[in-house]
Amino acid sequence: MASYTLRINGSAQTVEATDAAKPLLYVLRELGLTAAKFGCGLGQCGACTVMIDGAAARSCQTTVADAQGKPIVTLEGLGSPEKPHPLQTAFINAQVPQCGYCTSGMIMSAAALLQTNKTPSEADVRNALDGNLCRCGSHVRVVRAVMAASGQGG
Amino acid sequence: MNAPVRTSRVSRRTVLKGGAITVGFALAGLSPRVRAQSAAVAKRVLDPKEVDAFLAVNGDGTVTLFCGKVDLGQGLRIAIPQIAAEELGIDVNKITFIEGDTALTPDQGRTSGSNGIQRGGMQIRQAAATARKALVELAAQRLNARPEDLEAAGGMVRPKSGGAGLSFADLIAGKQFDLKLDPKAPLKDPASYTIVGKPLPRPDVPAKCFGTHTYMHDFAVPNMLHARVIRPAAVGAKLVSVDESSIKDIPGAKVVRVKDLLAVVADEEWNAVRASRALRAQWSEGTGLPAQGSLVDSLRNEPGIIDETLVNKGNPAAQRPDGAKALTATYYWPMQSHASIGPSCAIADVNSESATVWTASQGTHGNQKTFARFLGLPLDKVRLIYLEGSGCYGMNGHEDAAADAAILSRAVGRPVRVQWMREDELGWDPKGPPQLIAISGAVSADGRILDWRTELWIPKTTRGLPNIPLLAPEAAGLDHVPGLNTGLISQNGDPPYSAESMQVVAHWLKDAPLRPAPIRSPGKPANCFAVESFVDELAAAAGVDPVEFRLRGLKDPRAIEVIRRTAALMKWQPQSYQVASANNAVARGRGIAFVHYKHSESYVGMGMDVSVERASGRITVERVACAHDCGQIINPDGVRAQIEGSILQTLSRVLMEEVTFDRARVLSVDWGSYPILRFSGVPKIDIDLINRPTEKPMGAGEAACTTVGAALANAVYNATGARLRTVPFTPERVKLALTGKA
Repeated sequence: MASYTLRINGSAQTVEATDAAKPLLYVLRELGLTAAKFGCGLGQCGACTVMIDGAAARSCQTTVADAQGKPIVTLEGLGSPEKPHPLQTAFINAQVPQCGYCTSGMIMSAAALLQTNKTPSEADVRNALDGNLCRCGSHVRVVRAVMAASGQGG
Repeated sequence: MNAPVRTSRVSRRTVLKGGAITVGFALAGLSPRVRAQSAAVAKRVLDPKEVDAFLAVNGDGTVTLFCGKVDLGQGLRIAIPQIAAEELGIDVNKITFIEGDTALTPDQGRTSGSNGIQRGGMQIRQAAATARKALVELAAQRLNARPEDLEAAGGMVRPKSGGAGLSFADLIAGKQFDLKLDPKAPLKDPASYTIVGKPLPRPDVPAKCFGTHTYMHDFAVPNMLHARVIRPAAVGAKLVSVDESSIKDIPGAKVVRVKDLLAVVADEEWNAVRASRALRAQWSEGTGLPAQGSLVDSLRNEPGIIDETLVNKGNPAAQRPDGAKALTATYYWPMQSHASIGPSCAIADVNSESATVWTASQGTHGNQKTFARFLGLPLDKVRLIYLEGSGCYGMNGHEDAAADAAILSRAVGRPVRVQWMREDELGWDPKGPPQLIAISGAVSADGRILDWRTELWIPKTTRGLPNIPLLAPEAAGLDHVPGLNTGLISQNGDPPYSAESMQVVAHWLKDAPLRPAPIRSPGKPANCFAVESFVDELAAAAGVDPVEFRLRGLKDPRAIEVIRRTAALMKWQPQSYQVASANNAVARGRGIAFVHYKHSESYVGMGMDVSVERASGRITVERVACAHDCGQIINPDGVRAQIEGSILQTLSRVLMEEVTFDRARVLSVDWGSYPILRFSGVPKIDIDLINRPTEKPMGAGEAACTTVGAALANAVYNATGARLRTVPFTPERVKLALTGKA
């Protein structure tokens, strides 16, 4: 059993794992941070997306060992009802989620985009989110919400 | 926006003792005031003929609704409270909504068939109307007034002329109505509505955007084990042997075997995953699957086909008139997966006396009987509690995961959480079955349909089947009822347009290659694809504009209006309907399709603008226009979301999706081999909602799926002159069609 110190949503957390290859996703969910979801375990769907070092990362493909020491932000750390991130406000205003299982990953991928591109075009948004799958068909509203969150339309 | 309805939240840390049915558990997340009512709630009336089954007035004047239909993301958590609040005369934010719990909610049937509002909501409307009538009568006695001089509004009954009234709580809090639903209890005049028809926000949306919504996948109970089920190496294979030593190095991991149901359990989820991968097991040969390459031909020639004439109107003329053109065409829709983004998940706590199962099933009540049967428990000792899962569109693996968890929990004597992996979900969820459809017909020189005959080769639903057979009871050798269920798969096989004669014949197949299940608007995306494509073929043969051709054949004014409004959205110009030149590298075209869903429900017109890149065969859908009439609209934003979802999900099915398999098992088990629509493939969508407040409300979750295939195929024909008759419209298929080889 080895210990790993993770920097999650601004605070340090020490976790134990017998397997250094344990994906960060499982670690987060055991800590009660269940916004990131298991979708495929293959890095194909984006449901588990978090930000690591400011970039969108698939937490199912990141091992606990690799995540050590790097700043990790999950949807819970992005904002709260009291202090929502503009993307969360925009997603609520646009009533984006249906089942919402993909929503956390969508918002985190979009948050990473807005860090590097504050006024993306619709094509930029589609491109940045192309690896995030949605089955309910909320795509049109996702794009509308990201544009609104970046102060464009909405 | 603020969320007006409180949804019941189940505490993740609440202790449940040994599967005992404790009503307080499900109410644990409610406000203390509501919880104080739990003594009354504990004597829940569940008979859906009774008002008390559906609603209770609490001591603080709030109302709790008990709904047997569940919210899968389609918005019942706001739409049903809107209906009830309107009819009762109370603010919608005073309503708490409890859904799909066999100990608390009445059995309103499965949440399927797009009938959550049109059946489930209407039962609750009538319950609320009956309750309002009773409240007004109670107040009349107390106020010494005539009922007709009183009104219910804002949670009060008060004189219409003004003055002091009595609150609902004063009148009945904590007591039961003890009334049957009165089908004659007067309903409010839709002209007076202030809540129904408003685009109120869905109450679960904020929590879904903050990551605090408790999905089935996020739920936990104390002392539970994590399990992964190892499905056979081939469909129908039996377990020969298991090498338990293969997982001995994984902490806490153990093998659980119940006959051919094989699983691993561990305290830590990741260790269960590792163990499931490391476990060595030997399986027998499977029962075999048909060869995919010849599946279409084999459907026609299956043994044991039973023919049934579903529609038979008029008689084909012995001889068609001069100038008539006769056509035949065959269409095919492949097996498809529900392809939920989250693999199915469930928790069960089962002992020798009782069972509690948390499940994302769309049919908790119906499954109560199924679970009681295979667990050998009395019905009243089995409780199924709905928790929202990853989107489900008919029946994915949610119920299988619940059965896995139930059998494993009994085997290990602890609560068990099962989550499927990606390959389990795409490999083993029950599939939308393949559908082969042949149509022949003729059109007169002046553009009228003369004769029409549709033949459907589709699996036959087993009569009286209580539920779709689940994997785990069968593997474990437990009592279950075998059979097939595909939903109402044969509807809309005939067009709604006038014709001199019309036949629809079903060639019922006694089996399906893989276990079938209803998948969103069962069967009808395929039937409507075939029918509305063939209508387009007839129109083209007659040289009549396809909008005009459809309008000529219709008398129903609502049908005519959705087509006209679709054409208006499209800025449709009849002369534009000409096949484009074959010389351009990118061909552009537009198509239209119409459905009157099930010939009795919503009306949908759909137009598409597409481009086709000839060299690659790649289709780009640029824009979808949809006019939609589902009668009285309860929540227009909810309806729009459902239409958007119907269009995009079905575009995905039409453009990309086909389950692939070899002679043993499904091969398309990840998002690489079973791709679905991405942002890059999403068109612009324009929706024109037609609200008819005085008409019955009808479902909006399925109808717009059915027009997608034909609108797209007709647009591709308009662009290129090539007819696409086999789904999915992959670039390879389009290229074959463009060269006349399809």
